[in-house]
Amino acid sequence: MQVFPKSANNWSRGSIIAGLFILASLGWTILTIQRSDFVTQANSFIEQPVQFSHQHHVGGIGIDCRYCHTAVEVSPSAGIPPTKTCINCHSQIWSTSPYLEPVRASFRDDKPLQWIRVHDLPDFVYFNHSIHVKQGVGCETCHGRVDRMPLMLQASSLQMEWCLNCHRDPSQYVRPRDQITTMGYQVPEGTTQAELGAQLVKAYNIAGVEHMTSCSVCHR
Amino acid sequence: MTKSPKDDMSAESLDIKAIRARLEKAGGPQYWRSLESVAETPEFQEFLHREFPVNASEWTDPVGRRSFLKLMGASAALAGVSACTVQPTELIVPYVRQPEEEIPGKPLFFATAMALGGVATGLLVESHQGRPTKVEGNPDHPGSLGATDLFAQGSVLTLYDPDRSQSLVQLGEIRPWATFLTAVKSALSGQAASKGAGLRIVTETVSSPSLAAQIQQVLAAYPEAKWIQWDAMPRDNARAGARLAFGEYVEPLYDFTKADVVLSLDADFLASDGPANLRYTRQFASRRRIEGTGEGLNRLYVAEAAHSVTGAKADHRLPMKTSQVDAFARAVASRVGVAGVTGTAPAGTDAAAEAIAKDLAAHRGRCIVIAGDAQPAGVHALAHAMNEALGNTGQTVTYLATPEAVPSEQVADLRALASDMDAGRVQVLLMIGESNPVHSAPADLNFADALGKVPMRVHSGLFLDETAVLCHWHVPAAHYLEAWSDARTLDGTTSIVQPLIQPMYGGKSAHEVMATLTDLPDRSGYDIVREYWMKQPQAGGDAAAFEKAWRRWLHDGVIGGTAHAPKTVALAADWASRAAATAAVAGLEVNFRRDPTVYDGRFANNGWLQEMPKPMTKLTWDNAALIAPATAESLGVENGDVLELRHEGRLLRVPAWIMPGHVADAVTLTVGYGRTRAGRVGNGTGFNSYALRGSASPWFGAGEAAASGDEYELVSTQDHWALEGRNVVRSAHLEEFKAKPDFAREMEHLKLDQGITLMPHKEYTGYAWGMAIDINACTGCGACVVACVAENNIPVVGKEQVQRNREMHWLRVDRYYAGSLDNPDTYFQPMPCQQCENAPCEVVCPVAATTHSAEGLNDMVYNRCVGTRYCSNNCPYKVRRFNFLLYQDWDTPQFKLQRNPDVTVRSRGVMEKCTYCVQRINAARVQSKREERDIRDGEVMTACQSVCPAEAIVFGNINDPNSRVARLKASPLNYSLLAELNTRARTTYLAAVRNPNPDPALPANPGVGGHHATTEHETAGEH
Repeated sequence: MQVFPKSANNWSRGSIIAGLFILASLGWTILTIQRSDFVTQANSFIEQPVQFSHQHHVGGIGIDCRYCHTAVEVSPSAGIPPTKTCINCHSQIWSTSPYLEPVRASFRDDKPLQWIRVHDLPDFVYFNHSIHVKQGVGCETCHGRVDRMPLMLQASSLQMEWCLNCHRDPSQYVRPRDQITTMGYQVPEGTTQAELGAQLVKAYNIAGVEHMTSCSVCHR
Repeated sequence: MTKSPKDDMSAESLDIKAIRARLEKAGGPQYWRSLESVAETPEFQEFLHREFPVNASEWTDPVGRRSFLKLMGASAALAGVSACTVQPTELIVPYVRQPEEEIPGKPLFFATAMALGGVATGLLVESHQGRPTKVEGNPDHPGSLGATDLFAQGSVLTLYDPDRSQSLVQLGEIRPWATFLTAVKSALSGQAASKGAGLRIVTETVSSPSLAAQIQQVLAAYPEAKWIQWDAMPRDNARAGARLAFGEYVEPLYDFTKADVVLSLDADFLASDGPANLRYTRQFASRRRIEGTGEGLNRLYVAEAAHSVTGAKADHRLPMKTSQVDAFARAVASRVGVAGVTGTAPAGTDAAAEAIAKDLAAHRGRCIVIAGDAQPAGVHALAHAMNEALGNTGQTVTYLATPEAVPSEQVADLRALASDMDAGRVQVLLMIGESNPVHSAPADLNFADALGKVPMRVHSGLFLDETAVLCHWHVPAAHYLEAWSDARTLDGTTSIVQPLIQPMYGGKSAHEVMATLTDLPDRSGYDIVREYWMKQPQAGGDAAAFEKAWRRWLHDGVIGGTAHAPKTVALAADWASRAAATAAVAGLEVNFRRDPTVYDGRFANNGWLQEMPKPMTKLTWDNAALIAPATAESLGVENGDVLELRHEGRLLRVPAWIMPGHVADAVTLTVGYGRTRAGRVGNGTGFNSYALRGSASPWFGAGEAAASGDEYELVSTQDHWALEGRNVVRSAHLEEFKAKPDFAREMEHLKLDQGITLMPHKEYTGYAWGMAIDINACTGCGACVVACVAENNIPVVGKEQVQRNREMHWLRVDRYYAGSLDNPDTYFQPMPCQQCENAPCEVVCPVAATTHSAEGLNDMVYNRCVGTRYCSNNCPYKVRRFNFLLYQDWDTPQFKLQRNPDVTVRSRGVMEKCTYCVQRINAARVQSKREERDIRDGEVMTACQSVCPAEAIVFGNINDPNSRVARLKASPLNYSLLAELNTRARTTYLAAVRNPNPDPALPANPGVGGHHATTEHETAGEH
């Protein structure tokens, strides 16, 4: 006795295809969510105890990154400036602004400001600012156009594939050492990033892909 | 863990006769690991063949496997959800005003010193934003020379110990400091009239010049008061011996670099419990390193009872009772021309004494005779006289003023104190330091009872210990990393002890507590120490010069010009007649020794040191009565059987542990265990051997032993991680080495064509990291193990977990015996990850959590690991460790401060192993790239390498032919472990070469070099 009608063949074929399609789109959806800003926390402003504007200080006034982030060339950590650094200027200008009261209070009471970390790598990743800066990775390359950020935000996903993108081929991104803190860096006229990058990788003696993708370079 | 019947597996008893017979039979295993390994007991087979013993993976809690799986099913689902959530918010807290030299993310190193038993070791302490995390030796300090012992390594953990006393208490009630000052003042006012006749001060041995000056000042104000120095294992005999020989207290300082022949009379001078052991180990090892044809190798004779670390390095070890060493010393002395000394060596050692005397006499001015702390004064005097007669004075031995400010007879002083207290002559008693007399005083003094008769008892120490709880007042002490002080080392060189951190629990330093007895009771330790040194000749006169000098002292870690000048001493005319002969103990001899890991008990609450396997016995978390195999036979006991030990009418029940090489008819107990007030870690571990010890002979005496019939679970790691008997350790006698320099390679199990492999071939063009470990230099002290624990955030797992073979040490020191059961040769083999080029672990990992780096490191990625344990199952060296449970303490805030921020803190279910300290490699690589140069040889020191006093571990770039490691690997002694597996291990070993005296009068175990050892394991087939 025929239990299934003949059309059942088509239904079953169709449902296999549909099933595959659903699986694929499910996978795609998961991967997209995994890479989305929702998960990586990229591109969202974070409220800070003092609404410090990089746009104003960097873009407007033109203060060099290293004025505040003093350790960036010598230490794994770029360093968050002590309150003293703020007070250097703000004891003279905007010294009564109510907006800066938390800063003055910190200096007065010897109580540190507590900033919310924006770029938060997992604890099993050991990132070193000093070596990236030395090898020609500009601030902008990872942190984006800080000079246009009224409040600091994370401009990159900070996911491992994003790290590896550069570690596999640094020539895509490296720039001359004197352009490290430049915001809006352009490759000089008459050359391309591919050309200049390859030159710089050689000149800076940047290790090959095998070393740069060894686990213990970042994890230990 | 209390007494528990052993499980079924170990019920099978050891047949010592059969073991001895097997060892004597040709073809028996030449290198053996333990009695169990020779007997091939089921437990040993278990350790050998399984990566983990049966049921090692079983849960200890009542939750069964099935219900666990149910739970895990649910939590795995939840874990999947949680992986999608965002990371928790993290705060950044910058400084308000950043200190000048502080760079966030970069550690600073500060020079300081740690005193133990009155002898300082200079240290450089790593500080991460004000948190001391790791101790290194100070290369400029003569007591360190860049190395440290395991106590210094462990001291960081004590600093953060949450069990430290945290408040000033009077009879258990918290009191403010001011109240304490008032109480002291009123107590002292009662002493003014009697000039302090009722005042007593007890300290540890004081080598701090400024503290001694403070005490002298108090004694000047109260001339009838008394100062008692007490160290649980005092060096009274050495002091008395010097006075007997020379009429004054002097400290001999030996130079082992110049000594061709060394005779140790029960002196464990290489072990971490002796003064200047680091310096002596460095010097001794420099004469043990084989370069070229092996010329210049020194020779060591050791006469001792228990098998010590120094005995393990001996070319000829003469087991004899501690009480027989005197007679032996006399026999040698009379033959090397010491006038007025006669004596017959103990039975069976006369020919040896003759041969040793001949050897010493043949090396006049180039030999050393050294006596141990346990030996009576007479033996020390004999050693001094022998050095004098052999022309060693001024050559290999110099005499200096003692490092302690005021040498004293500590046992006699403590006895006087006890009787004064008992008689009610003491009204005010101040006890400072960690010597804990209630626990450590000889039992016959009844110290605790006498103490109870003192109306005002004040204690200052790191812990609310056995002594503290019997005192009216307890002042929490500042740890040496929290306080200003100063300390001398053996040659007199003084260091300023500078703090790395504010006292965590408001502790007061010894200086500050001592100041309470003066007119200025509330002075800071900083002021006291500085004021003292301002007045010293080294200060340079005016304030400006002093400021400059002070900064230099702090920077260098030593005060220039403080080393003692050699003294000219002459033997007293009648010393020989006054040196009373020691009568040999007729029956069983009971010996007391410092413990190799908890010292005198002060480190009992230190998990790192408790879990550190003791160098010779590999016991952890306990002490035991060490006995010879022959004694075990006659008593009818085996490992773990509880003995009833009697000494001077006192009784101690303590489990026995059979120690090959221990002299028969003697028992050795280490002290410091059986504490009741050590803290959560140390309470209830081991057995209190102080309770047996008398004041008449605090180091050894007569006793009796009998089996009690009870059993106790002792945990030893000696059979853990056992390898097949395939010549893992290799050694030869000097003559054999000369005949066949590459004997170690000849001993390979199978010789295979190294070119044939299925593994992908890889060229290493940049750095290629490798390590060479010199078995000849290694003394097995274990400082490397504790250094590795400190550097790499390795958790403590506890006795019960160690018993299940779950200890987490990335680096272990395997101990191998060779030769006879009753007096074997001993070899130590540190075993870190071998960092194979063809790594068996990598190919079996299903998630690529262990992979190969471009520089040849065997990387371990914790966050990828899913815990299949295939890698450790496939590791032929058994160096991988698995977190079966959550061993890390993630909650106690103090421990968070201690951890090295450069190393991931691992969680449960993750495999881990030695990384060659990749964090240090990376730091050096970044530094070198910033400076646009290559990493220099010696720039990367692994934690185990930098701590090693013997410089037995050398690490570096093997692609650089001029690096130290590459040169060592070019030595004919260099060999790979299990080379037949073609793992191409980056860690290799230098085989040991012994230099025995060819004189047949001296017993020696046969050399092994050149013979291919076939054991029954091998013929039994491969597994």
